Formats: sequence, C-alpha cells, structure tokens
Amino acid sequence: MIPPGKSSLKRPPAVEALIKRHRLRPIELLPWAIAVAAYFLFPGYLALGAQIFIMVLFALSLDLILGYAGIITLGHAAFFGVGAYTAGILAVQGWHEPISGLIAAGVAAAVVGLVSGLVILRTHGLTLLMLTLAIVFMLHEAANKAGFITGGADGLQGIAIDPIFGAFRFDMFGRTAYWYALVVLFLGWAFVRLLVHSPFGRSLTGIRENVVRMHAIGTPVRRRLVTAYTISAGLAGVAGGLLAQTTEFVALNVISFELSGAVLIMLIFGGVGRLYGAFIGAPVYMIAEDELAKADPVYWLFWIGLILILLVMFARGGILGLIDQAMHLVRWRRK
Amino acid sequence: MDATISAAVSILFHGTAYAMILYIVSVGLSVTMGLMGFANLAHGVFAMAGGYVTVTLMNDYGVPFAASLLIACLVVGLASIVIERTLYARLYTASELEQVLFTIGLIFMAIAAAKFVWGPFAQRFAMPEALQGQIELGTRSFPAYRAFLIVVSIAIILGLWLGIERTNLGARIRAAVDNRRMAQSLGINTGRLFTLTFALGSALAALGGGLGAEILAINPSYAIEHLVYFLIVVSVGGLGSIRGPFFAALLLGIGDTACKYLVPEIGAFFIYAATMALLLWRPAGLFGRA
Amino acid sequence: MTAVLETRGLNKSFGALQVAQNINFRLEAGARHALIGPNGAGKTTLVNLITGRLRPTGGKIFLSGEDITDLPPEARVKRGLGRTFQINQLFKGLSVLENVALAVAERDGVGGNMFGAARARRAVAEEAYALLERLRIADDALKPVRELPYGRQRLVEIAIALGLNPKVLLLDEPAAGVPSTESAIILEMIAGLPPDIAVLIIEHDMDLVFRFARRITVLVQGAVLVEGTPGEIAADTRVREVYLGERSHV
Repeated sequence: MIPPGKSSLKRPPAVEALIKRHRLRPIELLPWAIAVAAYFLFPGYLALGAQIFIMVLFALSLDLILGYAGIITLGHAAFFGVGAYTAGILAVQGWHEPISGLIAAGVAAAVVGLVSGLVILRTHGLTLLMLTLAIVFMLHEAANKAGFITGGADGLQGIAIDPIFGAFRFDMFGRTAYWYALVVLFLGWAFVRLLVHSPFGRSLTGIRENVVRMHAIGTPVRRRLVTAYTISAGLAGVAGGLLAQTTEFVALNVISFELSGAVLIMLIFGGVGRLYGAFIGAPVYMIAEDELAKADPVYWLFWIGLILILLVMFARGGILGLIDQAMHLVRWRRK
Repeated sequence: MDATISAAVSILFHGTAYAMILYIVSVGLSVTMGLMGFANLAHGVFAMAGGYVTVTLMNDYGVPFAASLLIACLVVGLASIVIERTLYARLYTASELEQVLFTIGLIFMAIAAAKFVWGPFAQRFAMPEALQGQIELGTRSFPAYRAFLIVVSIAIILGLWLGIERTNLGARIRAAVDNRRMAQSLGINTGRLFTLTFALGSALAALGGGLGAEILAINPSYAIEHLVYFLIVVSVGGLGSIRGPFFAALLLGIGDTACKYLVPEIGAFFIYAATMALLLWRPAGLFGRA
Repeated sequence: MTAVLETRGLNKSFGALQVAQNINFRLEAGARHALIGPNGAGKTTLVNLITGRLRPTGGKIFLSGEDITDLPPEARVKRGLGRTFQINQLFKGLSVLENVALAVAERDGVGGNMFGAARARRAVAEEAYALLERLRIADDALKPVRELPYGRQRLVEIAIALGLNPKVLLLDEPAAGVPSTESAIILEMIAGLPPDIAVLIIEHDMDLVFRFARRITVLVQGAVLVEGTPGEIAADTRVREVYLGERSHV
C-alpha cells in the first residue's frame, strides 16, 4: 500500500491542505489584540476582564470534550470548583506561591476528572448526563460539609497570594490579575489548539462523528475519551484556581449545576467545536449578565431560556455559526 | 429493639410514599426516551405545572383535591400536546446536545414564568381534612396523607400497567419502543403515537406533581431541584422500560429516606455513590437492554 | 493452504434462541469467499462474532493461528481484521481524505499522538491520498463525505477498511443501497482488491457473488448448510431448495 512514486514527488494539494490545516491565521490573533487594547481602554473594568478570561478558559476546556469529543456534561463546574478550592485551600494553609498553586489546582482537578471519567464514560445519553449532574452535586455536598477546611456556605476566606515570580504583586486595581489571567489563558489556548489539531484531537472528532466506525478502525475509544476528559478537567481546574487566586475568595457555588449550565450556555452562544466559541460566548454572556442580571434575575433567566430555544431552532452554530452563514451569503451574492 | 423496628417501618413507609411520586412523575420520561429517543430534561416542568394548577385551584378557588388533580392532568396533558406538536416534534431528529439545550431553555423559561406568577417561595399545600392526622394499622399509626398516597398511586400504576398490556395504544407503544422502524412498517402512525405518549407522560407527571405536593414542595426550581432524582429513576430503571423505573424508584425512595434518617450528614452523598456503583455494574440500568 | 481466519464450533444463543450453531469456517490466505443465506440465517451474527461485537457462547475464533475469541474488537482490528458495514458508518462531516487518514493513523499507531511528529502526519496523509487515487475518488478528497452520492460514499466505506491494511477484509453487503447506475464502480473496485488480502463478502446480490467468489458458504438457520465452489453451490439441490428457490419466489 505504499504510494506510487508520482504522488510523493509532487505533493497533491489535498494532502497539503490536510497537513497545513493547523497553520495560524492572522484573525486568530484578534482576541489577543482586543484583550491587550481593552487593558488600556477600560481601566475601570480590569477585574471583570480577568473574570472573563477565566470563564473563556473554562469554556475552552468544555469545548474540548463537548465540541470535539461530543461528551455532553452538566457537571463541568465540578472540576472548576476542585481547582478553585485546591488553590484557595493551599493559600489559606500557608502555601502562597501562585504558579505552583495553579499547577496543583490543575492536577487535583485532573485526578478527579480521571477517576470520575473512568466511571461515567462507560455510559452514554441520559445516563451520562445524570452522572455528570450527580458528580457535581456530590462534590458540592462534600465542599459544603467539609466546612472546617472549605469554609462551607460562608465561602473560603483568608486567601493570600505572593507576588508572581516574587515581583508582580496582586494590586487592588486588578492589573496583575488581568495580565496573569490573560497569560494563563493564552497558554491554555495554545495547548488546546495544538491538541485539537493533533491526531489525538482528530480522533476525538472521529468519535463524535461516528463511534461505531472508530471502534471498527481499532481506536481504543474509551481510553481516548477518558484522556480527553482528564485533560479538560485539568484545564477547568486551572481556570478555577485562577479565580481563587485573583479574587482571593472561593464561594460554594463554584461547584454547582448553575455554573455548569452557565459555562455550557456561554459555549453554545459562541459556537461549539470551533475553538473560538469560548472567546465570543463567554464575554458576551458575562457582559450581558453584568448589565442585565443585576437589574432583574428573573427576566435574565427568561431571556437566557428563550435565546437557548431560538438558538437550537434557528442558529445551531451559535454566534460564530451566524457569522459563517453571513460570510457565505456575501460570497454567494458576489458570485 | 422495638425502636429499631418502628424506625424501619417508618422508613419503609415514608420511602414508599416518596417512591410512588418519583415513579409517577418519571415514568413518562422513560417512555419518551425509549420511544422517541428524546432527552427531555424538562419533564419535571410538567410535574411542576401540575402541582401549581392543583394547589392554586385548591387554595384560591376551593376546588376539592380530587377534582383539582383531574383538572391539572387535563390542562397539562392538553398543553403538552401543543408544546409537543409545535416544539418537540421539530427536534426528534436533532442531536442529543440540541435536545438537551432546548429542554434546559424550557426549564429556565418555566422557572422565570413560575416566579413571575406565583413568586419565589414554595406553595402552601392545604391538605384536605380527611387526609390530615393519622390512621391506625394494628399497633402502629401512619400519617393518613402518605397512606392515601401509596394506595392511590398503586391503583394508578396498576391501571397504567394494565393499560400498557391490554389496550391497543399500549400495544403500539410497546411495539414502537421495541423497534420503531418495524412499527412504522406495520402502519403505526408514529407521529400521532409520539404525541399521545408524550401527553400521557406529561399528564402523569402533572398528577404526580399535584399528588405529591406535600412531599416535593411546589416551587419555581422544582424541575431542576429534582432533576437528578428523576434521571436516576429512569437510568437505573433502564431507558424505555415501564416497570424498571418502578423498582428503581422504590430503591431510591426508600434508600434516600433511610440515608437521610440514619446518616443525615452524608445522606445524599451515599445515594449518588450507590447510583454510580450500580451503573458501573450495569451501565444500561436494572432492566435496560445492553 | 493455511487459514488466516478460522472458527471452530462457534455457538451463539440469546436465551432459547440459537443464532449460530457449531459453525466451522475457514478463510484461506488470499481467499475470495462469499457468505450467503436467506434473511435471518445468521450472517450478520457471524460477522459480529468474528469482529467481536458479540461474544460467542461456545467455540473459538482464530486469526492467523492466534486465538482471538476473548479479544476486544479493537485488538482484532490491530491484528489485521478490517470490515465494512451494511449501512455506511462514515465521518460525515469530515473530508473524504480525513475519513481514510483517521484509519491509517490508527493503524500506524499514531492516532493517539498529541504533539509534534509532523513527519508521521505527512506519511499518513500521503498514504490516505494514494489509497483514494487507487479507488479513483481522489478528486473528492477535500469534500465532506455527506456531499457525495451514496455510491461514492460506499467506496469511502471500503477505503477506510483498506486504510487499515487488513489481512482479512469483511465486506458486509458492499452493494447494498447503491443504485444500479453506480454499482459497476463497486464491482470493479472489489475485483481490483489486492490479491494478498483474504476477502469475505456477505451479499444478497447473486450476480455479484457468483462473479466474485471462488468459494461460497451457505448459512441457514445459524448453521452451515454447505460449502463449495460456485459451481458446486449452483448445482446443490439443497441450496436451490432452501435459498435460491426461495429467492426466486420473492
């Protein structure tokens, strides 16, 4: 089955396209340019900015398993919460160095992801959904009951974080937090981007597209899914750790169905399985929430529900999907 | 010794009453899942709606309990037909993710609507006088409401099972759950069958919501608060099964009551762990087809 | 001749229903073997037993002399067992080239790689493309599979299996659902399969079977009725009675 000499001499364009697909396009730098510009344009909103970066990272971790591997979960906040509590408790107990604390948060969440993934990924459909919910409720209960170390319903207080590299102190304007969160998000993005374009990432897409066929080409499907789930949990944990370190507080609701639902909705708003859905959905959701929800949470829930239904009925690709369609329309008109 | 026995009897009794409500609310979800393959997370919304209609009729209009239940059943059943035709039916072929998102959207809107109309707090359930107090059985006394609940529920469940076994509609539902394509080729109008089944499941949920308003308090977050338990009943029972969820509901109802009574600190924790262990052993549930 | 695939006394029952009875079956190296039988004869069951989707209640399965009875499906694929499906099982949203590349990468053991190895990736893409050229679907390499007509999708189905470089290839009704205008390319493709692959074809279309097969096994009610050359099968009265006769009535 060795290819005949002809095609290896002059590489066919299709092969070229497949190999070069992951090459960076200029537009992919846009979010970073906006993030840097926003620092100078909206100095009063740096705290919100850092929170947005954290949620983008969280949504990005969800995109890896939901958008690429097709695992639907209503319990992703479990890992975000484990990360937040790990980073927070470490700092409260006397370990104030941020980078190692953040790594610990990721590792702890990844371990929880691995263990729970081994259990729940044996099932699918409604049962899998139920188990993701069960895990988030279980951990919520655990965090609530272990009040002596987590602070329980009052939240975890007294988190003190050392300056990053001993040089950059977390300031009251949130400047350090802004850059810290942005840099971690950038690293997370680079990592996920590499991952989804790798053979491993493509095999996840294969599993999402047709699991029967993946079995039939000899893919160890469950191992791949558990691996992806573990990585995603670790990233979510890093995001949670960031939240604990930058806000110096952990509330019990970091492990909740509500937050799991919110991050899912952010990703859906932006567009799922596109890597950049998180970058659109999280800011839009959070800015809208910041503006609207405080005025009236009941209406906020109503509108979110309505938008979800409309999205499913009419715009299944989210905001990025709509942009795609608009571009197609423009190109088609020009022709 | 006697204290132990009386605790055990009490747990069994309260657990069974709880289980009946869980089953009556959830069974429709199992059938929808088996028949249409629809991941309807919003199933609890119909139970909540039934509960609201029931308590509103009783509290504000003085309608008797039984009549209120019947009206709630009818109203929710009819409303569900409209919702199924206009919304659900368009998503039968959609992906699971889309179904999940759509039904979450529905839950959110229902929560907002319920808060808007009835306020954020749980509804007062004015129990009929006949159901207040205790009834004596042998040397023990039991709360009358729960005893009534168990008796009525068993009657409803037997009626449901007989109906599924004996009636034409039941036969068609069973055939279609087994093999949808086969049923279609036999000339069963699956579209209408879906609508009827959906309405039946929703009406049952409404009945469960109204009947159990004292046990599962009617409040705006009802559909989310109890979602995991409804899903456990269905998953452990086996998706598409009608009797499986009954036994799952009994296990869950009695187990949950026992845990909350005996080890209140880790009660819920234990239930989730047991569910996971059970599904690890049988991923398709107790009565599901692997 | 050595058997690349062999079943010995294979049994499978669901409760009281016996769907495979004492099946002894040999597939020789380079074979062109057909499995036929009326509906419900247990052809699909046998395929599922061989590929590992079903566990037998009794008997053994050997691949190149190795007992694979207790191996999971993936491990059998790794040892050279490729298959196609009666109903297409494709990655519909992905390009034709990538459909095949996924299989090639899995076979090369690089399917789980997370980073680097650009050279391995290039080798995979080139081999997948060469395969498409051989099946003459390279023009569609970058099209999403769902945009292809069914007959060409059927070729992709086979290309994926060939991408595994199998020793044994199970073709489950390769011409099923293909309009007659397009079935010629399928026939041509099957005729052109590399001679060193042992091919087992499960097929309803008797024309295709008799043109392609050098040996035929007839399965009836879960058991082997008879095995022989196409000539022997065509002349066998029991086969006529049970199978061909029945078909001619339909």
